[in-house]
Amino acid sequence: MVNPNVQGKKYPATDPYLVGREKIREFAHAVKSTNAMNLDVFAAQAAGYTDVIAPPTFAVVIQERSLATVLNDPEADIDFSRVVHGEQRFIHARPIVAGDELVSELEVASVKSLGAHSMVTFETKIYDVSKELVCTAISTLVVRGDE
Amino acid sequence: MTHINIAALEVGQVIGSTEFLLTRDSLVRYAGASGDFNQIHYRDDVAAAVGLPGVLAHGMLTMGAAVQVAVDWVGNAGSIVDYQVRFTKPVVVDSENGAVLVVTGKVGEIDAENHVVRIDLEAVFEENKVLGKAQARVQL
Repeated sequence: MVNPNVQGKKYPATDPYLVGREKIREFAHAVKSTNAMNLDVFAAQAAGYTDVIAPPTFAVVIQERSLATVLNDPEADIDFSRVVHGEQRFIHARPIVAGDELVSELEVASVKSLGAHSMVTFETKIYDVSKELVCTAISTLVVRGDE
Repeated sequence: MTHINIAALEVGQVIGSTEFLLTRDSLVRYAGASGDFNQIHYRDDVAAAVGLPGVLAHGMLTMGAAVQVAVDWVGNAGSIVDYQVRFTKPVVVDSENGAVLVVTGKVGEIDAENHVVRIDLEAVFEENKVLGKAQARVQL
């Protein structure tokens, strides 16, 4: 079982992640995007962006770094081999753009028991270097208990 | 700006439908791009050992591909301001034939005042819906 006492626990901000243009292209190809603004600098600039923009789910790459901190936290007591991804949401204040330097801060929003299972919801805020919010990523993981 | 006239949209209207072929190559590519190297996404022996019916597509790959239907419709990937899904069924990716994911987008809600349209995405694999409450809010 996940330790219910970690509800409300906040984890320190991760080291800045520098978003690379080729990383965005690589991710865009991987999720089968053919959108020109993900791939072509000129198309992105014509739309008013400074560089290629990331697909809507790219924030998972940044969120993952915060999630790793929790999964390695002995206090949280989360057995990763029993984790199933239940829900995911991204709320964007603006798209992620190549050249962004991003940090993420995670809070355990809730821990609930569901029979033998636990449901843990994490809220990760992603900020740029000027401390402006770029994206809020909300993940719910189901941690299967003993059956 | 966009070519879409919000006044002409109707709830329930289909905005597009796309078939995505997910192969083992797709999974390896997504693992590398995302940094999610969980072996259940590329090793049959590991998937079997933890009791899965086969190698599964990353939920986040399914989520990421599905939203492309809304992106293709609006034309600007930066217009998706809010996107959520629930993972309801796994997508088993056959080593030879892969898995075909059929995604259809429909207008779910129209907020004319704020120029926001909710697109509801239906992702089907082998006649099962694999995403629940898959909703993308698009800023027009």
